[in-house]
Amino acid sequence: MSTAISVRGLSKHFGDVRAVDDLDLDIADGEFFSMLGPSGSGKTTVLRLIAGFEEPTAGRILLGEEDVTRRPPFARDVNTVFQDYAIFPHMSVRQNVEYGLRVKKVGKAERRRRAEEALATVRLEGYADRRPHQLSGGQRQRVALARALVNRPQVLLLDEPLGALDLQLRREMQIELKEIQREVGITFVFVTHDQEEALTMSDRIAVFNEGRIEQLATPVELYDRPASAFVAGFVGSSNLLQGEAARDLLGVEGSFVIRPEKLQLVSEAPTESGRLSAPGVVREVVYLGASTTSVVELDAGPTVTVSHQNTDTSIDAALERRDQRVVVTWRRDHLVSLGSPDPAASPEEETA
Amino acid sequence: MLWLGVAYLGALAALLITSLWTQDDFTGTIQRAWTLENFRTLFTVEVYRTITVRTIAIAALVTVVDVVLAFPIALYMAKVASPRLQRLLVIAVLMPLWASYLVKAYAWRGMLSADGPIAWIASPFGLGTPGYGLVATTITLAYLWLPYMILPVYAGLERVPDSLFEASADLGGGAWTTIRRVVVPMAFPAIVAGSIFTFSLSMGDYIAVKIVGGTGQLLGNVVYDNSSTANNLPFAAAVATVPIVVMLGYLAAARRTGALENL
Repeated sequence: MSTAISVRGLSKHFGDVRAVDDLDLDIADGEFFSMLGPSGSGKTTVLRLIAGFEEPTAGRILLGEEDVTRRPPFARDVNTVFQDYAIFPHMSVRQNVEYGLRVKKVGKAERRRRAEEALATVRLEGYADRRPHQLSGGQRQRVALARALVNRPQVLLLDEPLGALDLQLRREMQIELKEIQREVGITFVFVTHDQEEALTMSDRIAVFNEGRIEQLATPVELYDRPASAFVAGFVGSSNLLQGEAARDLLGVEGSFVIRPEKLQLVSEAPTESGRLSAPGVVREVVYLGASTTSVVELDAGPTVTVSHQNTDTSIDAALERRDQRVVVTWRRDHLVSLGSPDPAASPEEETA
Repeated sequence: MLWLGVAYLGALAALLITSLWTQDDFTGTIQRAWTLENFRTLFTVEVYRTITVRTIAIAALVTVVDVVLAFPIALYMAKVASPRLQRLLVIAVLMPLWASYLVKAYAWRGMLSADGPIAWIASPFGLGTPGYGLVATTITLAYLWLPYMILPVYAGLERVPDSLFEASADLGGGAWTTIRRVVVPMAFPAIVAGSIFTFSLSMGDYIAVKIVGGTGQLLGNVVYDNSSTANNLPFAAAVATVPIVVMLGYLAAARRTGALENL
């Protein structure tokens, strides 16, 4: 598959702050690519550099085969969906959508036809003559999307476009965005700080931290094989076992993470091979509707979070377990090593 | 509210009523008989018609000059300058307002005089000072009212999110396209708001034209001469209603652009 965007040695410094620090990145054609990270991690800056709103301190940006590093935004074949939508308030929905075609001197009939088409793609037929202030947040978001899509750019850049929507609408739009992306086949580069959003929609995700990529992987890989404690903590929740606790519980040196839903609460330590267990006391039980989360303080020291689906009536039993002694058990191959001082002893070896 | 009613609108009402009275030519006393004689004079005597048209034209010209001068300054202040420079520029724009009106008008009289700086700079190019007249009046008024145009336009542009400019560039619009299709339309209500100041202040002015206007006369001079020298207060009042009516028409037009929310 050919490359839509290549970034080589890209840096952007604001004074002493290294917003983006020597970044290399390849985004494939037709991919739904997400840049995930906390605020200030540099993900939005990378997007703005690709769009051309910022000039890099160093490095190159290639769009397909072309070097666009020094080109202004209007000379790059990418379009942006802005966080605040940036709908022109003095224009109708149609004028907004036609704007890109109008400045590129596309004929009126063609313009009209493509605008209708784009509005249909985002399910806003019949809204062409509305004014922006007559639209809801979700509808404005769709107008912004149509206004970008109508230009059929090589790459569509989306800067936290769902951030301002309420949860219900956001979930709907996540699925819809993915569908639209599949339909139009344009490369989407999506910036978000919402890990669930990234996991739902993306083909691949780059997790950003302090101007660098911590890990670049598919959603499944990212969740099941986080490369660092940062990724494990940022993408989903996780239990970190390291140092003495790792030695006591696992019998090996190093740092390991395990997801809460991979842990189980039982009354007696299991004997089957490949399972590890540790006794502890339940400190807190949190009922979350679909699942219940228990916080267990292990005798070995660390506190772990255990999550299980509320598939039966065991919730009452779970709630009663507060302050009770339990045994936490997990499969050895569910442990993820974050690199250990002695790789040979890593339990990852068994599962590889 | 009552105060506003009495002090402000009351004075206006008194003006209107006075304009409907007339003056005894011999005794100079005001006769309180209702008549439209003043307005008839105003509309039929050639010189007053000329002065009315001239005043409106100059006010419009001053407004246009101020828009052209103020827009780039306001745009630079609102969107290009650093926050620190922005504050300095606001002070710089306000600074001329601290000086007396008369001082500024006389400063321009000096600038435009036959051996003044403008003549001195222009002479190597074979040009001279425009001298005292309507051109000088326009220049002086445009200078005097410029801050009243810059500030609303600056405030209006500052409220426009940067992302709109970025969106325009992102969609393929170069700098000029963005200014023409996004910046100016977004600033338009603020420009109209500023023009209300520059237009109305120019309409009522009589001092600048006295100082740099040479023999040229504006409506304000007619009002002044009739109320002081000629002591014909009813006619002065009738003349003074002309700018008010023009301004009311202008405000009504401005209202439709939504500019009044920008004041």
